[in-house]
Amino acid sequence: MDFQLDELELELQRTARDYARKTLAPRARHHDDGHYPTESVAELAALGFMGIKVPERYGGAGMGTLANILALHEIAAACASTAVTMAVTNMVAEMIAVFGTEAQHERYLPAITSGKMIAASFALSEDGAGSDAASLRTTARRDGDHYVIDGSKMWITSGDVAGVLLVMAKTAPELGARGISAFLVEPQWPGFSVGRHEEKMGLRGSSTVSLGFDGLRVPAAALLGNEGDGFKIAMTALDGGRCGIAAQSLGIARAAIEEATRYATERRQFGKAIGEFQAVQWKLADMATRFDAAWLLALRAASEKDRGAKVTKVAAMAKVFATEAASWICEEAVQIHGGYGYTREFAAERHLRDVRVTRIYEGTSEIQRVVIAREVLRGA
Amino acid sequence: MDTTLTGTQRMVLDTAREFAKKELRPRAGDVDLSAEFPMAQFGKLAELGFMGIAVPEQWGGAGFDVISYALAMEEVSAGCASTGVIMSVMNSLVCDPLAKFGSEAQKKKYLVPLAQGRLIGCFALSEPASGSDAAAMLTTARRDGDSYVLNGTKNWITNGREADVAIVFAFTDQSAKHRGISAFIVDQKTTPGASVGKVEHKLGIKGSSTTSLIYEDARVPADNRLGAEGEGFKIAMATLDGGRIGIAAQALGIAKDALQRATEYALQRKAFGKPIAELGAIQQMLADSATELDAARLLVYRAAWLKDQKKPFGKESAMAKLYAAEMATRVSHRAVQVHGGYGYVHEYGVERNYRDARITEIYEGTSEIQRLVIARTLLKEITG
Repeated sequence: MDFQLDELELELQRTARDYARKTLAPRARHHDDGHYPTESVAELAALGFMGIKVPERYGGAGMGTLANILALHEIAAACASTAVTMAVTNMVAEMIAVFGTEAQHERYLPAITSGKMIAASFALSEDGAGSDAASLRTTARRDGDHYVIDGSKMWITSGDVAGVLLVMAKTAPELGARGISAFLVEPQWPGFSVGRHEEKMGLRGSSTVSLGFDGLRVPAAALLGNEGDGFKIAMTALDGGRCGIAAQSLGIARAAIEEATRYATERRQFGKAIGEFQAVQWKLADMATRFDAAWLLALRAASEKDRGAKVTKVAAMAKVFATEAASWICEEAVQIHGGYGYTREFAAERHLRDVRVTRIYEGTSEIQRVVIAREVLRGA
Repeated sequence: MDTTLTGTQRMVLDTAREFAKKELRPRAGDVDLSAEFPMAQFGKLAELGFMGIAVPEQWGGAGFDVISYALAMEEVSAGCASTGVIMSVMNSLVCDPLAKFGSEAQKKKYLVPLAQGRLIGCFALSEPASGSDAAAMLTTARRDGDSYVLNGTKNWITNGREADVAIVFAFTDQSAKHRGISAFIVDQKTTPGASVGKVEHKLGIKGSSTTSLIYEDARVPADNRLGAEGEGFKIAMATLDGGRIGIAAQALGIAKDALQRATEYALQRKAFGKPIAELGAIQQMLADSATELDAARLLVYRAAWLKDQKKPFGKESAMAKLYAAEMATRVSHRAVQVHGGYGYVHEYGVERNYRDARITEIYEGTSEIQRLVIARTLLKEITG
């Protein structure tokens, strides 16, 4: 057992932290006002953060899931909107790298890692298919050397700006989950449309849209993996994605802890710093303890994934524990700030809004618990 | 970053697990009911080297790392939490300070037989009116020629009834406050004036004895002072930092056993025509327990790893102890709930888990003291 990060990982962490503190953090408020982080995303690509797990020959960093979550964590501590944009792009890039053909690699990976494509999107959810992903209704019908896709998607991060979208559709609806296939869709193809932009509580700098596919013709070569591989690809993506969202939520939480601790030493009441009151100390101690426990779960899941282990259970554990701890931490951070925590003078209220969705997207807490329980019962 | 076990750690874990399954778990219910010290099991654990796991081999120990100690503690406590605390006191509170602060002669005379489990030891810091505020103790040690004369009463002493050797903390200079406390190695069975007082009747961990120790003009040779005069508080605090890893690992074991019982029960108990394991409400409880148990494990392993690396681990062991203890109470509470009425009776074991878990939030530093340690460190770290 070894809790030390290696040299490369430490260097990546330093690079990410440096950029996050100096460049990204000052823009977080602006992004929160609803401005997409176009410039920041381009800078992240220049730093090599838009394809952390993509092989170097395609412009990626050629590193692992652990490196990915270290970077995401630092970026999220500065701006959670930028972090989710980065997380989704990395997830799609990884799926193309793992399941794609040489031609697909050439076509998309250099464009994503270089920032030529501003983002990539993952299109699984629909208005009627959330936790029950296999109930999706979008179809892809083979027509000669094309597929014709019809249907719609919902909750798609960066769906309006992505250069490529990983779209799940049923090629054999009668087969249920095994009838789902994955396609790499480009937005300029006729039949593709962007629907409504969601007005969100948090992550207001990221875009979340619905998509429509109306007789969208995609070349047969746009199929990722084989027909019927879609659900497997989606679940693989989500295993890694869960580590990423855990790291994102904990980035937000770490910022909240640091700010609340600093505030507790500066704010004086009853003649002393409020950090000297046990009521406040207790909160800080619990925040820090739950943060550390969560971060260790995330690091474990990521490092096991890098070793090639099956991480379904440990990734679900990391996701549910981290996002719930992070939500609770951000709540307490507002409380420590008192009335100021309710205003935009401090970032605490933004953290609270930003963190809330982490318990919902990429598998709700309730779904994580079902996944964990299944594994626990299987092991009994 | 690598959370997989080394070959030695794996071996220690397997040995402890096998022993717990065969020797401890089948008798844990009886140990609890009879409230008798598990002497036979103590002897067998001693043969395995488990009374001085991290003590160097030259001093009678097994010479393994602190992570191995935590792994063994979890497994032994999963089998029987009473045996777990006895083992934790032997390793963390008795052998560890002797190994770290003892003279050659003291190690030869005391550490070797203690680490081999031929003697039983205890750690006497708390008093009736001095718990979290350890420096409020009243016991004194007056120098008289080449011995010290001890007077006072210690309280809550695990292994107090059986102990051959006690590490006793007393004021050699009350005016110097905590810097006036010194530590002594006392031969409990042969020192006139040293006696066992009240044996406590407890909520849980009933197989371990918890007693007061009374010192009335008890004469201890000056050679038995552990460390220098005035070093006692430092020795106590350093010892408790390590002790927290042991108790945190004990909490892991109790939770592990409770979760295992709850999972097995959920699979065989039927309600509404199917095993209750298929009900969402039960699944959510099992999932939370498994997740919190793993989170606690990682906190414990990290603290143990830091101690192995000779890096500071005070905050991390406080986090591990705080989180693991409260987790064990929650997990055993849920295990009782999953069992329904059966969870409230002796046969199913989980009411014992629930009672055993509760003490881990109190001894070797209450949860409140852990929070104080963590908050202080955090405030210092962030504001420089």
